[in-house]
Amino acid sequence: MNEIKTLIWKEVTLEWRQKYALSGMLLYVVSTVFVCYLSFNLRRNQLTPIVWNTLFWIILLFTAVNAIAKSFSQERHGRLLYYYNLCSPQAIIISKIIYNSLVMAVLSGLGFIFYAFVMGNPIQDNGLFSICILLASIGFASVLTLIAGIASKADNSATLMAVLSFPIILPMLLMTIRLAKNALDGLDWSVSTDEITTLLSIDLIVITLSYLLFPYLWRS
Amino acid sequence: MRKIWWKILCIVIIFYVIIMGFIGPVPRLPIINESIRNTYFHVALWFAMTILLFTSMIYSIRYLSKGRIGDDDIASEIAKSGIFFGVLGCLTGSVWANFTWGDPWPNDPKLNGAAVGILIYMAYLLLRSSFEDEQRRARISSVYNIFAFAVFIPIIYILPRLTDSLHPGSGGNSTFGSYDIDNDIRKVLYPAVIGYILLGLWVAELRIRIKRIRRFHEEELIKTGRL
Repeated sequence: MNEIKTLIWKEVTLEWRQKYALSGMLLYVVSTVFVCYLSFNLRRNQLTPIVWNTLFWIILLFTAVNAIAKSFSQERHGRLLYYYNLCSPQAIIISKIIYNSLVMAVLSGLGFIFYAFVMGNPIQDNGLFSICILLASIGFASVLTLIAGIASKADNSATLMAVLSFPIILPMLLMTIRLAKNALDGLDWSVSTDEITTLLSIDLIVITLSYLLFPYLWRS
Repeated sequence: MRKIWWKILCIVIIFYVIIMGFIGPVPRLPIINESIRNTYFHVALWFAMTILLFTSMIYSIRYLSKGRIGDDDIASEIAKSGIFFGVLGCLTGSVWANFTWGDPWPNDPKLNGAAVGILIYMAYLLLRSSFEDEQRRARISSVYNIFAFAVFIPIIYILPRLTDSLHPGSGGNSTFGSYDIDNDIRKVLYPAVIGYILLGLWVAELRIRIKRIRRFHEEELIKTGRL
């Protein structure tokens, strides 16, 4: 437990020291949103809730892939070896997942605020939508962290990251979009329990698998 | 000539399936009509694919726990024949959908899930080809293979059941067992699944043997080069 806490703290300080990484990602979200806004500029009244929703989640998907892809490649090889000598692989993967979830939650929260600011906010149930954002951040982070670990071992890791992660993340994305649609329509929470439990169970499967498989990955 | 019996069995079953599949008795149902014969091909191919991919995952787990490169060869080749069956299953399903649902690719969650599943395994092959070092490739692609299968099952068997689908077993449609699958169909469907699995294993086995020969050959070359 202590190990994980230290590792998360290490990630945070590392991020804070090289601010360009996080601010770069923030700028990425903001500029993507702005590009979408300008592209829809003339036809803003045609932006139905479904399009609004889908666009938002696709932006978040790309942000997530870009933000998490660097979680293994940003550190030098030697330093990674040093960590691997010091701590158990399970602690490393769990701390990375938790840290990436935090980053994703921050990024998607800020991204959502900006998105709602320029594109309008048709959401009727803000509470459910924030739960949705939270679940999606955890889910995206947990899937993408292991994939980033896999991709960082290969040479052309940027392409590989996208190719490996998109099909795997798709069921999660679809569930999230459906849950978000319920929030947009302001449906009763009891309608959404199905989606929430499915999302949680996918998260659980993925995190367990990452926990079990990562020790084999880092040794190579 | 060792253990040739299962190859003969495979050929016999496949011929039995083809002949009985096209001329055997089938129940008459509205809309589906004669296209119900596709059950022997489409449904059986999907079952065979799932079992092959499962076997591939088992070999990946074995590779990770024992570290023998041979297990990884088996896992990758079986996965390849599984993908091959998946593509065939999609094609036969497309033919079937064209005649019963009026569209070769209706927007159905199960179809889309199947397409995504095939994409996942294509990514597996891509991942394999992006490594030079054999042990490294084996280890990393085994990890991905296990991960992929764990995601693949929910995509094609669990998630479509939660939504409306044209396929049996989802959105309030009855499941396959309670469907009017009568004994005539069973008599061909179950052998068909076994036959396709044997065929897939046969293809995989040939490819594994080629791989082994190549590896042996390379090692010989290295040895003679040193001498």
